[in-house]
Order: sequence, then C-alpha cells, then structure tokens
Amino acid sequence: MGRQLLLDKVNVAGINTYDVYRKEGGYRSVEKALKKMTPEEVLEEVKTSGLRGRGGAGFPTGMKWSFIAKPEGVPRFLLCNADESEPGTFKDRYLMEKIPHLLVEGMVTSSYALGANQGYIYIRGEYMYVLRILEKAIAEAYQNGWLGKNILGSGYDFDLAVTCGAGAYICGEETALIESLEGERGNPRIKPPFPAVKGLWQNPTVVNNVETIAAVVPIINDGGAEYAKIGIGRSTGTKLISASGNINKPGVFEIEMNITVEEFIYSDQYCGGIKNGKKLKACVPGGSSVPILPHYLVCKTAAGQDRLMSYESLADGGFATGSMLGSGGFVVYDEDQCIVRNTWNFTRFYHHESCGQCSPCREGTGWMEKVLHRLEYGHGKMEDIDLLWDIQRKIEGNTICPLGDAAAWPVAAAIRHFREEFEWHVNEPVRCLEKNYGLVAEKVFEPVTA
Amino acid sequence: MEAVKQTTEFTPEMLAEVDRIIKLFPEGKQKSALLRVLHIAQAHYGWLDVPVMDYIARLLHIQPIEVYEVATFYSMYDTVPVGKVKLEVCRTGPCAIEGAEKIISYIENKLGIKDGETTADGIFTLKSVECLGACGYAPMLQCGEKYHEHLTEEKVDALIEAYRKNPKANYMGM
Ligand SMILES: Cc1cc2nc3c(=O)[nH]c(=O)nc-3n(C[C@H](O)[C@H](O)[C@H](O)COP(=O)(O)O)c2cc1C
Ligand code: FES
Repeated sequence: MGRQLLLDKVNVAGINTYDVYRKEGGYRSVEKALKKMTPEEVLEEVKTSGLRGRGGAGFPTGMKWSFIAKPEGVPRFLLCNADESEPGTFKDRYLMEKIPHLLVEGMVTSSYALGANQGYIYIRGEYMYVLRILEKAIAEAYQNGWLGKNILGSGYDFDLAVTCGAGAYICGEETALIESLEGERGNPRIKPPFPAVKGLWQNPTVVNNVETIAAVVPIINDGGAEYAKIGIGRSTGTKLISASGNINKPGVFEIEMNITVEEFIYSDQYCGGIKNGKKLKACVPGGSSVPILPHYLVCKTAAGQDRLMSYESLADGGFATGSMLGSGGFVVYDEDQCIVRNTWNFTRFYHHESCGQCSPCREGTGWMEKVLHRLEYGHGKMEDIDLLWDIQRKIEGNTICPLGDAAAWPVAAAIRHFREEFEWHVNEPVRCLEKNYGLVAEKVFEPVTA
Repeated sequence: MEAVKQTTEFTPEMLAEVDRIIKLFPEGKQKSALLRVLHIAQAHYGWLDVPVMDYIARLLHIQPIEVYEVATFYSMYDTVPVGKVKLEVCRTGPCAIEGAEKIISYIENKLGIKDGETTADGIFTLKSVECLGACGYAPMLQCGEKYHEHLTEEKVDALIEAYRKNPKANYMGM
C-alpha cells in the first residue's frame, strides 16, 4: 500500500470521536494556519500542492480559491459538497462516517484561507445517519474551541453547520446545490455569474468536494511541496477510489496516482482481481458519467503504454481511446455483463435525475432510455444505433449544466467501443435475452416506465 | 378545522429541532431550513400531506406553494401515502450487475406487491431507487436511516420479519 494521507488513521479505535482524533494529531492544521500563517500563505500552500478538485472535474483548488471575490463588507461562504450521488462513488460517505473531524478540520483551515466566516456541509438526504455523525463532531469542535468566535485567540470567527438534500443527483452540481441550500428546487443556474462572485444568497462562495477539503489538512500540516511530491505530473497527492462491480475486494482505497490500473485491479492490496476467476470485459474508471473503456484499453493506452490511475493517463487518447478519473468511482465489468443493458441502466438514471430545465437533456435522456430499452429487450432496429448516436450528440454541450454531457458520454462511448454488441442485440434478439439474465419472454414487451 | 390542526401540528420536540435548524442560517434565510424540516415531518407522519405542508409554510413564514414545489422536486419526499416501512432498493449499474434485480423481484414475490406499491396491511412499500452511495457493498437497500448491504434472500427474509414486528425500528438504527 502506498502513502495514506487521509485514511492512515481510519482503523484507530475511536478515531470518530474528538478525543482520539485530537490525540492522534487532529486539528494541528488549524493551529498552524491560525497561529503561524496568513490566509494568503495558506492559499499559497494549496496552490503549491497542486491539489485538484476531487468532485469530478479536477479543477485546481488553489486557483479556484483565488477567484473568490472580496468586496468590502460582503460575507463569503465555503460550501462542502457532500451530495455524492454519481453512480459508482461512495468514498465521501466512508470518509465522513469514519473520520468526521477530518472534514470539520479541513473546513476551518480552508475557510480561513478564503476569509469565510460561515460554512455549510451539504449532504445528500439519504446519508441522514452521517449527517448526525457530522453534527456530533461539529458540536465537539465547538466545545473544544475549534469553531465559533475568536478561534485560538486569533480573532478569526468561523461557524459551521450541516444541511441536507432529499434525493436529487443534480444537487451535486454546484449551482443546483446552492439553490437547494436556499430551500429551492435543485435547478442549476446559468453561469456567469460564477459562485465565486455570486453564490449562496448572491454572496461570493466556494464549493468543494469532501475529499478536496479533507486533503487541505495534510497539505497544511506537511507543506504543499511535500504533498506535490506524491503522485505523478499534475496528479499530485493521493486519491480515494471507490471500487465496485465484479471484483474480489470492493471498497474504498486511498492510492498514490502513479500506480498502474493493472495493479489496482489485480493486486490483493486493492481490488484483488476479477471475481469468480472471470475475465475483465470493461471498466468505468471515474463514475457513471465517464466513458466506458473496453478491456484492451483498461490497462494499456492506445499507444501501448501502461495506463496509470492518474488524471492524465486515464484521459490519454481523449474520448476516442481514453476516459476520465472523474470522481474516482471505479466500476469493473466481467465477461458476463451486457454493455447495452448497463448503458440503458445508466441512461434511465440520467433521465430520472434530469432537472427538466433544458429540453435537450429532459427530452433527450428519456428518448435515449426508450431506444436503449427496446434494443435491450429484443425489438430494436439497426437504425436505432445511429439514432442514439445522433441524440447524444445533440444533448452534449447544449444544456445549462454538465448533466447533459454526463448523460451523453456513456452512450457515445458504449457505441464507440461496443457497436458489435449493439448490432448483436438487433440480429439475435432472443439469444441476447437468454444470455442477459435469462429473462422470460413476457418481459420483452414491458413498456418503458420513466 | 380543529381535527386537522391536531394532526398537523409538530410535537414540542419537533418544534425545538425546527428552531435549532432555522438558527443555523442567517436571519431572514429561514427558507434554507425547508428540506430538513420536510424530513422531520416525513419521519413523523410517514408522508407529506397538504395540511402538513401548509403548516410548515406557516412555520417558516413562506408561501404554501414554495413548500409544494420543493416537496415534489426531491425523490425522497412522498406526497402520497406510503407504508410504515419503505424498502428502497438501489437499482443502478453497480448494484444491478451484482443482482439488484433479483432482490427486487424476490421482495415483490415475497410481499405480493410490485415496485412502487404498498402491501394491503399498509406496512411495506417497495421502491426501487437510484444509487445510494454503497455500490461496493451491493446489492443494498435503505430502510429509514439504515443501510442494509450485501443483501441475500436470507437477509431480506430476516429484515422483513424484524420490521414487521417493529415498523419503527428503521428510525432507531436497527
Ligand atoms: C450533475 C452533476 C453532479 C455532480 N455531483 C457532484 C457530487 O455529488 N459531489 C461533488 O463533490 N461534486 C459533484 N459535481 C461537481 C460539482 O459541480 C463541483 O464541480 C464540485 O463540487 C467542485 O468541487 P471540487 O473542485 O472540490 O471538485 C457534480 C457536477 C454535476 C454537473
Ligand atoms: S449503484 Fe447501488 S449504491 Fe451505488
């Protein structure tokens, strides 16, 4: 196992409590930042670390922080995105449940850099039990003087609270999250203005993923340069990967981003290989929104190089032969899995989760779901494959928020790499039904329910 | 009128919690408490009836329509009656390839209901839902605040029996 910066203490008994967390060196980053550093110095360390947002887009965190507007007398906010709804992703829940104080500590240190005096953690409603864990941790932090007025006598005030969603993937999109936090429907806003200028209640706001904020703690403790030494190229530091699918050891792993994909899938330290001695068929390396890779592009790039678990290497080859690290939701498919069925399943998800503001997304996702359903259930036509290609192309780039792209990319990649399997579904409708889960005949004509 | 009032008003404990949540936000921004208050109401009443939503609107000094539009947007809120125990089975990709569909049909057959329906005795509602952030522990279902992971038919049998005996167990972190 490589170096662990976030989960190194995860197995220490009682690390979820304040006393143990503190005894293990917790809240040192707050002491260091507030007593010895200016907010600008904290920001500089984060810039030096090369930390990139762990929510999916991988935007450099230091740069994002430097964009926050600072008009006189206007409050600033730091929001933690704990909505975690991208299929395949479950790392934030793990981190918050096991080491809630790491997130609280990261929120204090990060807010100090931004000059924000109020922060909110927005957690998905289904994680209600985690919300209670966080509220307990926050109460402990208040009792021990890490939150509230004049923290450590530094003159810096910071209040932190948790609020929640109620079952809407779209609220992970930062402007939808802000709408939801204001008690509205989760409809993304048109940008600009960006949240850094007009965010929560029209005030300057930064939204960061749970893991991004947690990573600020080791960056301040050990220095940005130390953090930047880990990993490779612009993929600095460690990354939490949620591994699921047909593997022997699913779960959350903290990796250094210079390990190979092959090692990650087959080593006993990580996924432990494909379950039941089966063969690898495909892999979605970064959550349901990123392009699926066929087996021959998983461990090697098109150029024949070893593929690494880094932002750059997973994206090598662009969408033609590569994918994305995304949120680190790593889903592995064995030889028995049906790509058409999986694509239909993901498309149903996006149709269900589209907020409905933009026609290409609202209508296009439902249309693709219908077409994929008829292909999967044995009454598709050859033209349907081109039709799908056409629909996804018209969604991509034509919506207010990137949910449209997230719905289009998996469909495009499935057709790009597995066109033969789509054709097989048209040519051999009965065999594909038998092969896929041995479904019974009457289910073939089941109508689509949205 | 009096009867409606009695069934929609929050208990003193609930009101204290609402008060605490409102105070997490700056003055005048009490609407931000809405999503959490709706969760409190739903945990208590089982679902969100119109008089309950109107009551919440009064509590937060907002218009009833502002409550309805939020309650109907988010998939966790039920604006029609459901069973005392909601079994929400994840149906998304990673769970699907680990047998979520088999679990859903198993529950359908066991309870004699289809996805989305409630048993005649009003105890169980089965609902297939999208990814709950437990993909590595698939197949899984959520009941109240509790995650049940690595489901097997035997596990489903056991938890249905337990919930039948004590439908409130789902909010007590069984
Ligand atoms: C549809 C959609 C869903 C998203 N869901 C999440 C999410 O659940 N968690 C998250 O951290 N970011 C999510 N994002 C990304 C956020 O918009 C935002 O980029 C991120 O929270 C920024 O934090 P970071 O810079 O720390 O990554 C989502 C984006 C989109 C378009
Ligand atoms: S796919 Fe079922 S919990 Fe994520």
